[in-house]
Amino acid sequence: MALSNVVETPASGFNFENVSRNVALKGLLEGGHTKAPKPMKTGTTIAGLVCKDGVVLGADTRATSGEVVADKMCAKIHYISPNMYCCGAGTAADTEKTTDLLSSNLTIFSMNSGRNPRVVMAVNILQDMLFRYRGQIGASLILGGVDCTGNHLYTVGPYGSIDNVPYLAMGSGDLAALGILEDRFKPNMELEEAKELVRDAIHSGIMSDLASGNNIDICVITKQGVDYIRPYQESEYKDKRQRRYKYRPGTTSILTEKIVPLELEVVQETVQRMDTA
Amino acid sequence: MAVYMSASHSENAFNTHDFVPEWAHEEVSTGTTILAVEFDGGVVIGADSRTTTGSYIANRVTDKLTPIHDHIFCCRSGSAADTQAVADAVTYQLGFHSIELDEPPLVQTAANLFKQMCYRYREELMAGIIVAGWDKRRGGQVYTVPMGGMIVRQPVSVGGSGSSYIYGFMDSNYKPGMTKEECLHFCTQALALAMERDGSSGGVARLAAITEEGLERLVVLGNQLPKFSNA
Repeated sequence: MALSNVVETPASGFNFENVSRNVALKGLLEGGHTKAPKPMKTGTTIAGLVCKDGVVLGADTRATSGEVVADKMCAKIHYISPNMYCCGAGTAADTEKTTDLLSSNLTIFSMNSGRNPRVVMAVNILQDMLFRYRGQIGASLILGGVDCTGNHLYTVGPYGSIDNVPYLAMGSGDLAALGILEDRFKPNMELEEAKELVRDAIHSGIMSDLASGNNIDICVITKQGVDYIRPYQESEYKDKRQRRYKYRPGTTSILTEKIVPLELEVVQETVQRMDTA
Repeated sequence: MAVYMSASHSENAFNTHDFVPEWAHEEVSTGTTILAVEFDGGVVIGADSRTTTGSYIANRVTDKLTPIHDHIFCCRSGSAADTQAVADAVTYQLGFHSIELDEPPLVQTAANLFKQMCYRYREELMAGIIVAGWDKRRGGQVYTVPMGGMIVRQPVSVGGSGSSYIYGFMDSNYKPGMTKEECLHFCTQALALAMERDGSSGGVARLAAITEEGLERLVVLGNQLPKFSNA
């Protein structure tokens, strides 16, 4: 069915053939004073914390490509399984694909074993994969979930190191967010208080970091289920775009009008039938 | 592919013109202080709890004392990712070996498994490990496997970036034949001194005593560490 693969099966592992091409292109472009396009990164603020009833994850929604905001409503909290969600910072493509791959693997595992996947399993799979690629996959992930052993929050770094902590922030705005978390975090917080704290942490990241901004997404995972609130809070800096650029006749004033009739003679007339079958 | 892999870390997916600050794409390192001491009947191991990415402290409550088996622990220093991966691999290998033998593994076996992995992949790994534990054949043992993959048994061993500051303390204060309490006191003091001087070490001091009976873990909080100066 996938005819595009019939020609040749792709070789496994990374293919670095394009590196020499990119270097050559870069040389050409730079000579002509144009810049090569930059990869889209979620320069971001993501945070998570463990509370009494579950895990609360939060993220901003800005994705940047160099100095331009590429996506104002980017979804950084990715679905892994019904009881686990993962926030991703770093290169947008890497976080998307890594979490997608993890989600697929865990679904297959669920079907094979008849069990709900545990958070430690997801973390181990991520660590395996990222370590194998030796930091070439630029994904810093915060994985949170609730399973039969309790509420868990882990961070996985791009080189494959993991940390298991009760509260976390990652991304370019993490210092600002962590300041808020360090100040007000208490173990076994109530859910509403936890949501407010995560919102405040992300807000602090948005205010202090250029690469974070726009809206705030919150994801609450409990034993009862998941509440993915997108957006939890919209940015107050919204622009009013018209989106319709049709102007009514008379918007531009007419100064003079000159009509020149064109005299046309019919030289030849042919009729061609169209088959409308 | 090999050519690209050997390029320095700055050649990966990140570049310097982004809003992501420099420490965000430094590798996570357990720039650290670890140590282990033998006594008659077991070992005492200790470590600080700081993990850094560049100059940012990524985790201030890290546990660098990783169980490899019931009576065998390893202290990790160097790259967090590399040491976690190697420790996981050795845990698996040792567990398998122990089941095959149907008896608890020797500390020397664990240490040699670490050495084999660290030596074979010495170019790719950045891992300095101290393996310590108790077994029936030789009692408490400490083996050090520094970067490069050497293995040597020592009665007392220190490692990590903070170790440079406590060689003098270790040489002058370690006496053979100390009891478990004396060893714990020695380790606490050594860690406090190193954490005071080394920027990459800090947080809390984690200690563990491994004997035939089992494991005893201790945490000494930052403000409870012994003070050596009025400053």
